[in-house]
Amino acid sequence: MADAPHVHMRHVRMAFGGRVVFGDLSCAFERGRVSVVLGGSGSGKSTMLKLIAGLVRPVAGDVLVDGEDVTRLGERALGRVRRKLGMMFQGGALLDSLSVFDNLAFPLHEHRALAEPAIGEAVHRRLRDVGLEGVDALLPGQLSGGMTKRVALARALMMDPVILLCDEPFSGLDPISQRRVEDLLLRVNREQQITMIVVSHHIPSTVRMADHVVLLLPERAVEGSPEALLESEDAHVRAFMREEDVTTDAALEVHP
Amino acid sequence: MITAVARLGGLVVAGLEDMGRLAVFTGRVAAALVLPPARLRAFVDEVYKLGVLSLVIIGVSGFAVGMVLGLQGYNTLVRFGATNSLGAVVGLSLIRELGPVLTALLATGRAGSATAAEIGTMVATEQLDGLRMMAVDPVHLVVMPRAAAMVVVMPLLTALFVVMGLAGGYVVGVHLMGVDAGAYMGSLENAVDFRDDVLGCGLKAVVFGVLVGLVATFRGYTSAPTSAGVSTATTTTVVVASVSILIVDYFITALWGV
Amino acid sequence: MGRTSGRDLAVGCFVLMGLAAIAYLSVSIGGLGNGGPTGLTLVANFDEIGGLKPRAAVVVSGVKVGQVESITLGEDYRARVTLNVDPKLALPVDSTASIMTSGVLGDRYVSLQLGGETETLANGDVIDFTESAVVLERVLGKIVHNLGSGSGGGNDAKDDEPKEGAE
Repeated sequence: MADAPHVHMRHVRMAFGGRVVFGDLSCAFERGRVSVVLGGSGSGKSTMLKLIAGLVRPVAGDVLVDGEDVTRLGERALGRVRRKLGMMFQGGALLDSLSVFDNLAFPLHEHRALAEPAIGEAVHRRLRDVGLEGVDALLPGQLSGGMTKRVALARALMMDPVILLCDEPFSGLDPISQRRVEDLLLRVNREQQITMIVVSHHIPSTVRMADHVVLLLPERAVEGSPEALLESEDAHVRAFMREEDVTTDAALEVHP
Repeated sequence: MITAVARLGGLVVAGLEDMGRLAVFTGRVAAALVLPPARLRAFVDEVYKLGVLSLVIIGVSGFAVGMVLGLQGYNTLVRFGATNSLGAVVGLSLIRELGPVLTALLATGRAGSATAAEIGTMVATEQLDGLRMMAVDPVHLVVMPRAAAMVVVMPLLTALFVVMGLAGGYVVGVHLMGVDAGAYMGSLENAVDFRDDVLGCGLKAVVFGVLVGLVATFRGYTSAPTSAGVSTATTTTVVVASVSILIVDYFITALWGV
Repeated sequence: MGRTSGRDLAVGCFVLMGLAAIAYLSVSIGGLGNGGPTGLTLVANFDEIGGLKPRAAVVVSGVKVGQVESITLGEDYRARVTLNVDPKLALPVDSTASIMTSGVLGDRYVSLQLGGETETLANGDVIDFTESAVVLERVLGKIVHNLGSGSGGGNDAKDDEPKEGAE
């Protein structure tokens, strides 16, 4: 079981309305590795994360998370699986009526019967991990883009997940903040051995941080290490990785 | 011609599907009511937002409606020399119909639309997905306290509306038009029966509370995750809830039997 | 946290106000607690009830003490009116029930005049003495009839007096 992939997608077919997102997608994510899912807009990157989290169901295929097929589970059982996952949403998805402290304390209140001091300690530890101290009392609306991402990361880590899903963690950030988030993710991966699946369209950080890349092209998916893809014999793959002639879709790359 | 009929048929089917989804949703909310944790903090917050913050509009509207009833009632009764029955006219109108219906319509516009917009915005900003990822049922945390608060708040607001209305009628009838105060209160107390009138009013208020609570939360919950989606959710809530209130009002009035 | 305790206070006040309004409407206006199963039930039979309806007031000395519960046609074809009044009332067995009108065109109600006996009416008792409703049409009819016979050659009622005086 230790050799089995942590997350395994098998022959997944996904469609919204009439539009097919994946025809027949199979890929595996190894334990403890940082995997980056690349692709142009509309290639289905975020949908992939939602499939792994069980937030949407595929038309066909299996999605195995730590051995369990999430496509077959009901809400209650999914809750159990999700407690092993942490998800960093693109917009943060913090509860906007609660302060930063309450947002971070929320999962602990819901799932652990800890006393207030212990909760406070855990929250402050995570805030220190992401380099944000003193923002306890702020509301999510008062945070900058970079701060929001880091709080979202802290929240995703509150329940000590074994798999971390990140949806466009660098979108909307200036280069310095981007670098900060990138370093943070790498550190978390190294220190806590958390399996990471990061959705991104940012090539340079991918090349720096990924152990494994899944590139979603319109008709197929290509897997490999970043170096392998950069040197790929496939012209489309090379072009994407070198950010030339960006997408083959009509859609342009839209930076949020 | 055929396409028009087909489209109508499509609309009916879509409407039935919608009602089916609402029924399933209602089941989930009802189930959430009996499951722990109790969400009291959220419930109290919602009672504040839906009830306390509606007090001004309810109070002012109730008083104004009562004043109009006093005036119109007087102008009609004076033709039969029956102005001593003004209290009864104002009281019965308010308690049987205008109190519960107008309160519910006002609450729909104020509290119902706010609830739909709030939940719709949470959908658009992925907050509900965020809750699911933390293994928290969004229906339990977000929807249930709001729906429950609406059911509790409606009868309270209705009672306050009616009392303000009676006061408005009294001010116009007794102080402005010169009806005897004793006659006003006397005819009011004689005409209003607890079982037939007050209880019926309370029943309507509770039913309307359930209606508005469910429609507002359902529309917000199922809204498209865009700002246009939130806007649609809000307007649909007001329209659907208002029409339902008026139709259900007829059925309750007919079935309660007076 | 001060924010939430302020809210809690407001919510508490709101709920209290609402409940007070409900209580006022139910008890003071709606008459919850008057009559009902714990009330004193009495029966009165009338030849004519006029426009008396169920839930009409039952009054003693002008004060409402209960209401008419039901009106049915008795076996003797008189109107059998069931009254539901305050159980604390001690009404002598020779009390009278009369159907009155509030105002010229007003509603009918039942007025109880106390008798003189020491024994009081118990639950389910029949009130022996009743005065039926005065029906306006009959009174007018009588007046017209009297006027008519008066202009024809003196009316019956007026003729009686001089005759009695003469004797």
